[in-house]
Parts: sequence; structure tokens; C-alpha cells
Amino acid sequence: MTSFVEPFIRRKNEPTNDLGLVRADYDGAMSTLCAGCGHDSVTATMARAFFELSIEPHKAVKVSGIGCSSKTTAYFLRESHGINTVHGRMPSVATGAIAANHELAYIGVSGDGDSLSIGLGQFVHAMRRNVNMLYMLENNGVYGLTKGQFSAAADIGSTAKKGAVNELPPIDPVSLALSVGATFVARGFSGDRDQLLPLIKAGLKHKGFGLIDVISPCVRFNDHKGSTKSYAHAYKYYNPAIHADYVPPSTQIKAAYEAGEVMPVKLHDGGEIRLRKLENGYDPRDRAAAIGKLFESGQSSEIITGLLYINEDHKDMHDMARMEDRPLNQIPYSELNPGAAKLKELQKGFR
Amino acid sequence: MSKTRVNDFTIKVGNVNGTGSASANALLMKIIFRMGVPVVGKNIFPSNIQGLPTWYEIRVTEKGYRGRSGDIDIMIAMNPDSYKRDLEELSPGGILLYDETWPRPHFLTRSDITVIGVPLARMCNSAFKVARSRILMKNVAYVGAVAALLGLDLDILHTLLREIFAAKPKLIDLNLQAVALGYDYVKEHYPNASTFKVEARDLTKDKVMIDGNTAAGLGCVYGGATFGAWYPITPSTSLMDAFVKYCKDLRIHPETGKHKYCIIQAEDELAAAGMIIGAAWDGARCFTPTSGPGISLMSEFIGFAYYAEIPMVLFNIQRTGPSTGMPTRTQQCDIQLCATASHGDTMHILLFPADPGECFDMAVNALDLAERFQTPVFVLSDIDIGMNDWMVDELQWDDSYIPDRGKVLSSEDLKSVDKFHRYLDVDGDHIPYRTIPGTDPKGAYFTRGSGHNKFGGYTEDGAEYKEVVDRLKAKWKASADKLPAPIVRRAKQATKSGIISLGSCDGAVIEARDRLGADGVYLNYMRVRGFPFAQEVEDFIAEHDQVFVIEQNRDAQLLGLLLSETNTPREKLIPLLHYSGEPLDYKFVRGALSEALNLRKSA
Repeated sequence: MTSFVEPFIRRKNEPTNDLGLVRADYDGAMSTLCAGCGHDSVTATMARAFFELSIEPHKAVKVSGIGCSSKTTAYFLRESHGINTVHGRMPSVATGAIAANHELAYIGVSGDGDSLSIGLGQFVHAMRRNVNMLYMLENNGVYGLTKGQFSAAADIGSTAKKGAVNELPPIDPVSLALSVGATFVARGFSGDRDQLLPLIKAGLKHKGFGLIDVISPCVRFNDHKGSTKSYAHAYKYYNPAIHADYVPPSTQIKAAYEAGEVMPVKLHDGGEIRLRKLENGYDPRDRAAAIGKLFESGQSSEIITGLLYINEDHKDMHDMARMEDRPLNQIPYSELNPGAAKLKELQKGFR
Repeated sequence: MSKTRVNDFTIKVGNVNGTGSASANALLMKIIFRMGVPVVGKNIFPSNIQGLPTWYEIRVTEKGYRGRSGDIDIMIAMNPDSYKRDLEELSPGGILLYDETWPRPHFLTRSDITVIGVPLARMCNSAFKVARSRILMKNVAYVGAVAALLGLDLDILHTLLREIFAAKPKLIDLNLQAVALGYDYVKEHYPNASTFKVEARDLTKDKVMIDGNTAAGLGCVYGGATFGAWYPITPSTSLMDAFVKYCKDLRIHPETGKHKYCIIQAEDELAAAGMIIGAAWDGARCFTPTSGPGISLMSEFIGFAYYAEIPMVLFNIQRTGPSTGMPTRTQQCDIQLCATASHGDTMHILLFPADPGECFDMAVNALDLAERFQTPVFVLSDIDIGMNDWMVDELQWDDSYIPDRGKVLSSEDLKSVDKFHRYLDVDGDHIPYRTIPGTDPKGAYFTRGSGHNKFGGYTEDGAEYKEVVDRLKAKWKASADKLPAPIVRRAKQATKSGIISLGSCDGAVIEARDRLGADGVYLNYMRVRGFPFAQEVEDFIAEHDQVFVIEQNRDAQLLGLLLSETNTPREKLIPLLHYSGEPLDYKFVRGALSEALNLRKSA
């Protein structure tokens, strides 16, 4: 069985982006996930974000671990390099790749199984290093590929398809990210594309580690009554607190916004993220407040979504390592070789 | 008085770790080296920071042998906890030097040795005020005492101290004073006590004293590595320390302060492996240093790199296992672990350096080979090579060297390609072409550790799967004659007996063989330097009736690979195994060879 190739059909008068590419240029292989899977919707939204940002596909890199969500890196951006790594270890591969060439747009796709159990260590340390990437955590509270075991994201009291009740406290990736220094922390829902699309665009443009925890229901193993990761549950407790839009540098002047309603955050590329408060008194630039709000909403089962925290001032891994602007993989050997004479000189210390 | 022994004896210092003994021993060795006399240093130290017994052996060897002698001629007993053992170890006719501040009557129980008592602590306590310097200076004082006994060149000693403490001039006088205490005491009280002497020669010109980890770290700089990831583990840590040091010295822009390198201390070995895979996949030359336990942890990723064909360079500075084992003791116990690391059918390229000089060269080889063959390459060093100072030929660099980046297609190359397929054997050499992310839309491909066909597409088709893994095996085999070739030393007379050995066994094997040769026992000797084995290895075995395989592990791991990878009858290979954790000495090798040869004769 080979992967399915999605037919590439060009329509007349199709909208193009700044590169003259159409949305379908950002597609990949045909998805082999179950019909109605939340992940497919996230995949389509990621593709659209790259299209709307006019990122050349080959200047993007997709990295993933193992699991249903990790498979999706094959389903968009066919002209990008992608790497489907080892279970839970995508963050380290991404870290190395980004160290080698920081100029590409890196998107990591993972799930709650991949990130919160086997890969918890790597997930946390990539955030600590503020690796410049967008990390999509497609969260369905369940292991899909191995048919329905609870993941570490399952809530207390949530039931499995066959009736077992989860009694272990969940690991919330958003609270975790806030506590270990991620600089862009958001939560979305695969069922709300209008909110998710601008979040992905903002996350891609943010310099540093961006996490989007996307509630993405598993229709096969975790969409029943009693599950807190079902479509029904997500719709019921959904609270879009902060809406974020990315405004590219060139269009800034044209776009108008009402003062007070919008909190702009300047980005390193010259663009900005405009935050629209849907929830009164919430300021996503305030880390302590974000942690408080999360805790509060957790008490009431509410799923607070949107851009929950952003900090553009923290150095990313590249800056912390004081690397030069030119990517490591482009430094010619002539600049790396100290030469025979130098070797002779430095060996004087070994006599 | 017995006759004088010049430039051929071994000094052993028994000390307490954390007292500055390492610096004192290095100093002692350097003096002899600068007098033009070859030396061998072996540090036998505990897995501890302060307070446990530690030993250091300095072999003075005019003939330039590189292994241990197996004898101790001068024992400097500085540690009351190990006095008993140290006394027993001393060879008849030897000298025991101890701190006479406290009387040790039991030292007088041996009548076949000379005991020299020097009141080191007493002298240092009255000469120095600060408690810490009293402890440290006691060690420098014994260097003075030994200098007097052996007739070491005081000018060289003084020069070395001035060089070592150039940045802290206050310490120079302190150290000179301590040296004088020991020196003068011995001159006055034991003017002719020693039959062991060092006489100046001119045998260390164009030589350096360097440890394997420093040399390997330097090799990574010269080989053009720009990225390294690691997790601290004894005894590999000093390799990354060296890479850091030389990058700081050589790779930071003087004005901007910007780095042409990136080094990440990972959260564990798994992450270190993932990072170098990511960096190599993205086109940077990189490596990770580790030891056996690290390889165990990295194994899943090693299989991924093997199957997805991503270059990966791993330095395994072997230590004794299993489990935590004896982390500061040496062995060659990960040969088979590395040969087949990971689940599924995996075979890897291994390089076996025998000294720091080869660590430097093979670091560069490994970076080239990993990119040429798009696969993991292991450099199997060990504690003995990695952490001891060895006298080797000055490291050489060829300015015409160009890194072999392997088969990488540029944007320009892709223009002439109809369609790029990642795993297609276009040239018939079993090596496919690869592309680096960001190069060109045409070069994009999806890298996966799951089943893939020769085009790079996902597959669960048996025939498609086999086609790829069969090519991987062929690729691995084809690397055999691109690895450092085995080194063969022929006996003076034709013989049907041979030795195969590797790595840090070399010094002891050469010496044992020389000495057996002097007794009329002739053996050919092949040192293998790479795996998969070159054809010459099989040929060497074929031309002998018996081949002794000498290695430092319990389970005859090299022998196992020789059996599985060559057509050799089991009974032809005779294992000679040393696995106490101490570096190999020629006496062990000579004894084991003699015994085995006699057994074979009488059988």
C-alpha cells in the first residue's frame, strides 16, 4: 500500500497569494485518518495559514513524532521537507534542525500521547530553550493508533469508549508551557477554524517557541458521551477568551482597529499580533494572570481558548547560543578550518 | 647495590582523589617527557570527587612502548588507606616513598625493597599557612623528592611551574618552595638511594602529550563540525569540553562575538541523539560524545538514522558495564552493542582508534563517512585512550583537505533531475542522493522511520520493503574498504600463528609480541581499525592456523564479529580476554599468549 496522491486540480479564478500560488499548492498526500477526524481540519487550517502568509512551501519544515496527529505532516505542504521521527522525540530533532538552519519556518505536529507521556521531557526542554518553532499539539485525550487507551491529557472522570473511568489527574499542556517558559501559548479547537487560523499564523510569525494546544476530537475512540474531549463537550464548554490576528509588516498602516479593544504586540519581523479581548480584563502579556485564569477556568470545566500568553522579548535559542545570522549549514568550510599552521601552534601547549 | 636502571621503570603514585594529585602527576610526567624520554601515563581513578583512593602510573620507557609494564618499581604511597595494597604491589628491588610524618613500621616488613621516608606533611605544615595549600603542596613536594631520586632536570621542572602558573604568579613561588622541600630533603638524607635514573635523551622531538578526548574534540573542529549535542557522562565529557574550548578559541568572530557553532547540553542522551539527527538532516556536520549507557538510550534513534539514512557521528568512550558498572574503569565492551545498535536488522560502521593521534584522524574520517554513507558511524574509544595523556606524533593537518559531504543535491543539481526520489540507487553504488531542507521545491521529500519504498513513499509491501533493506546491507558492506585499513606487522620469520586485536590493546600487544619474538616465538599481528571488516581481515585469518583475538571484554565481542562476518571455523580463533577495568599490560598479553601456544602444542 502506497500513500494516496491527492489529485491536483487547478480551478479558474482561484485566489492566489503573494507568490502567485493557490491554496492547493499547500496540500500534501491524501489523509488516511478516519472520516470526521479533528486532525484533518487542523491540517487544512495549517495549510491555509502557510498559504495566507505566502511562505514558500520549500522554506517550511514539518516535524512530527509518532501517532495519528504525527502522521498528518504528510498531508500538507508536499513541497516541504518533512520528518516523521520517533515517538515523543520530535522536539529534539526539531531543535537540532533549527540549530542548523534557523531561517526556515518550522512547524511541529504532535499529539497528547506523543507530547505528554513518552515525550514529556523533550517537550518541556524545547520550551525551556525557546526553540523558534510552532508546536501543534492535537489533543484528543486518547491513544488512537493503539485503539483507545487514555492519554495523560484525559480529565478525571472522563470515560473510555468501553466505560473505564479515568482517575488520574490530567497534564495540561498549556499550564505546563506557561510554567517552563514557552513564549507563545494558545489553545484552540479543531471545530473553530476562524479562531484557529489566525492563531497558527501568529504562532508561525512569533520568534520563539509557540504552543497551540488544539482540542481535536477522536471520532473513533473518544467522541462518546462521558468523554471530556468529544465534540459535544468541547462545544458546550468552549470559551474563546482572546482572539489574535497576525498583521504583516506591509499592511499595518491600512488596517484599522478601535483603540482599547485591541492590544497590539510587535513582532520581530516588523509585523504585529493584534489581540481582541473577548473576555473582560484579560491581558495575555501577563503570565501570572494567565496562569490564574487557567486555574480558575479549570475549576468550572470551561475550556478557555485563544492566545493565552505572549512574550516577544525573550531571546530564542538561536540568540541565546549567540550564533551568527547565517545558518550553520551555510558556513563554508574555509571559515571553519583553522589550518595546519594553527594546529602546530596550538600543540605547543601539549609539550 | 644492584645496577642502575636508566629510563626503563614504572612509578606509581597512590593518593587520595581531590587533593590536586592529578596536577602533580602530570607535572612529573611532563618533566620526563621534556627531558626527551618517552613516558606512558595511566590514571586509575575512582568514580568520586574527593576522598577515595586514586592511582597514577608513569612508565618511563626509552623504547617508547605504549602499554603498561605490569610492574611497579617506585611506589609513592601518599594514601594511608591503600598502603597495604601499595606495599604488596611493589616489585622486588623497588623503592617505596612515603610520608614519614607518621611512622609506618609495617613498611619495614619487606626486606627486598628500599623504603624512603620523607616528612612531607610536617615540612609543608611548617612552611605553608593555609590549610588547603598544605594539602596541595604536599603533592608538589613529592614531585621534588622524586626529582631528587631520579635525577630529573630541575630547570625543566622550574620552567614548567612557571608556565603552568603563568596566570597566577603568586603560586609560582609557593610551588617552587614546595618542590625544594622534597628535593632538598631527599638529597640530604638519601643521596644515593635510587638505582632508577632518568637520563636526558632526544626521543620526544615532534611528539606531543595529549589525551584522546581532547584530540577527538579537536578533530571535530578540524573536520568542520558546527553542531554538537551531548549529555554529561563519564568518560566522554572531556571530549565535548575540548570541542567547546577550541570553538571558543577559533570560531567566535572577534568583533561581533557571534559563534560559528552551536553546542547543546541536552536533557538526556535520547535528546542528544535526536538533536544531531535533526542537525545532520538539515545539513550541518555534527556529532555526539557518549559512553555505553548513552548508546543504550540512543538506540531507538540510531535505528531511525540507519533506516531513514541520516548521517550520525557518535563517539563512544567505553567504560565497564553492564549497567552503571565501573564508570571510571576502561574496557572494550560495547563493540557488539554498537555494531548492531537498535531493534530490527541494523548494521553500523565502527572505527577503532588506538591512540589520541587516531582519535583526531578518525573524528574527521567519521564525519566524512557518515555523510558519504548517510548512516550512523561510531568511533569506539575508551577511558584509557580518552582520558590518559599519551605521547603521540604531533598531530598533522593537510590544508588541501575537503570535507566529503556525500551525495547531496543542490538547487542547481536538481534542475537537471526529472524527479527526485530520496532512496533510489541512481549510481549503482547503493547510496541514494539526499537533499537539504530549504533547498528547492523539487527536492522536497518526506523522511520516515516507517516502511518506505525506494522512491521514499510509505509502504507495507514486502517486496518494496526488502528492496530498501537489502540495499542498506549492500551499502554497509561497500563501506568496508573506505574505512581506515587494518595495520599488519609481520614477524621476522614465517609463522602460522597470528594475533588480531584492536584499539587500546595495541601498545601491550606490540610489546608482548616483541618480547616473545626475542624468545623465538613468532606471531604476525593485525590491528583492525574498522567494521565492516576489509577483505584483508578474512585473508589474514585464512593464512594462519590459529589466530589469537586479544580484546578487553568478557564475551569475546570482536571475535564474535569475526566469526559472523567472515568464513572462519570457530576453532581457529582463540580469545585472549582482559576485562578487569585496568588498562592492558604486556605481561598479561605475553602470559596469555605463551599459555595458549603451549596448550595448543600439547593438545
